Amino acid sequence: MSKYPLKMPETAFEGKATWKKIPLAGIITEPTGPRYKTGNWRALRPVIDQQKCIKCLLCWVYCPEPSIIRKEDDSVEIDYDFCKGCGICADVCPVKAIEMVREG
Amino acid sequence: MSHAVQVKGNVVGMSGDEAVAYAVKQANVDVIAAYPITPQTIIVERLSEYVNNGELDAAFIPVESEHSAISTVVAAALTGARVFTATSSQGLALMHEILHIASSMRTPVVMGIVNRALSAPINIHCDHSDIMNARDTGWIHLFAENVQEAYDLTLMAFKLAEDLDVLLPVTVNLDGFILSHSVERLSVLDDETVENFLPPRKAIYTLDFEKPMAYGPLALTDYYMEFKKQQDDAMKNASKVYEKVSEEYAKISGRKLGKLNTYGLEDAEVVVTVLGSTIGTMRSIARKLRAQGLKVGVLGIRVYRPFPINEILKIVKNVKVLVVMDRAVSYGAPAGPLYMELAAGFYGSGINPLMVDVVYGLGGRDLTPKDAERIFQLGYKILEKGKVEEKTIWVGVRE
Repeated sequence: MSKYPLKMPETAFEGKATWKKIPLAGIITEPTGPRYKTGNWRALRPVIDQQKCIKCLLCWVYCPEPSIIRKEDDSVEIDYDFCKGCGICADVCPVKAIEMVREG
Repeated sequence: MSHAVQVKGNVVGMSGDEAVAYAVKQANVDVIAAYPITPQTIIVERLSEYVNNGELDAAFIPVESEHSAISTVVAAALTGARVFTATSSQGLALMHEILHIASSMRTPVVMGIVNRALSAPINIHCDHSDIMNARDTGWIHLFAENVQEAYDLTLMAFKLAEDLDVLLPVTVNLDGFILSHSVERLSVLDDETVENFLPPRKAIYTLDFEKPMAYGPLALTDYYMEFKKQQDDAMKNASKVYEKVSEEYAKISGRKLGKLNTYGLEDAEVVVTVLGSTIGTMRSIARKLRAQGLKVGVLGIRVYRPFPINEILKIVKNVKVLVVMDRAVSYGAPAGPLYMELAAGFYGSGINPLMVDVVYGLGGRDLTPKDAERIFQLGYKILEKGKVEEKTIWVGVRE
């Protein structure tokens, strides 16, 4: 057998696994996509003003990720684990309820 | 009790291309994909005949280019198949991007490379510019001195590539026309011996519709470097595994193919180092010169990647002048590829022979016995003067 593990260790999802502890050649033996939190790529963070939001859901329609979570009452939240801060939601919002704030 | 040396295998006459094809047939490969190019064509012609007449049960996939040939065998290797392809010159250049993918996806592809000059001007004859262009693609590179070695190294290549501590592709290099089209006497093993040496490949992570996996995924700043480290580690393992494979091969064949192919190194003061068929040319001249009392030697390099620098350091301690012969040019570099390799390896080791680089044989330019003798004389001139006046000398070019 290969000395490399067949599955990604837990530390791999935090970007901390060493070369000896990850599967050979990056082969992915089980679905792992959602476990990589890509939200840390973000430079600008969308912040929703729930007072201004009219629940039109345009942001939910346009988000390419999708990182807009639609709730029961059609209000929305941002999934910051995967939102990359592209700003499309802020751009399409007809009432300017989403502000892009620089990540600090 | 007889002490006679037992002759193992059958003595036959074959060209280098035919010997490689015969070894591939005996290795019982599952998939061959190839595109014809001189002087490699006979390898795949013979293989297509073996498949056609039922001697070899393999999928022979004719493709529209070398890029497709290498892509096909990489994918086939991922299913767990034993695979082979062969090419030369422009064909190897066209494969280039997939060469990196073959090694980084850890597919044990074996490829015969019949070394030929790159265009332009178009030329079909031997030099090493094709393989030097592919040197850093992460493949193991083996060089045959003669037809016998082309056969032996092809069989060894499968065992080396498929070892689970290696899982890297291997090139078996033979000099275009000089070996590919010359019929030589060689000893071949019987099929059963080869079958025991090379049982069916045991693969891990195979492409399987029942257990889908992702191969060659994205790895960015966070993991790319870790996968490169794995590859580098595999190449280090290949050095040890090659020794194991060559010992095992020696047991079944009586022929030990070490990483180096040396002559006269015990006491030589002027040594020539070179790859491929020229090892034989230089050895024959060295024999003549030694008969005249000159302490000359030949340091042939059979395993070029992983480069056996530690093995070389052990045997060149007393060498005073090292003449490096490069059959390729690294344009604008301090010297040719083999010279730079050795100079980098010697630096800081305390071993510091006077070194000169000889560029020779480009585009199949003959290296005559007279040229070979002059190359040893060049070494002696440097020894007398105690210094190298011109670092790179082109031998055989009209000035």
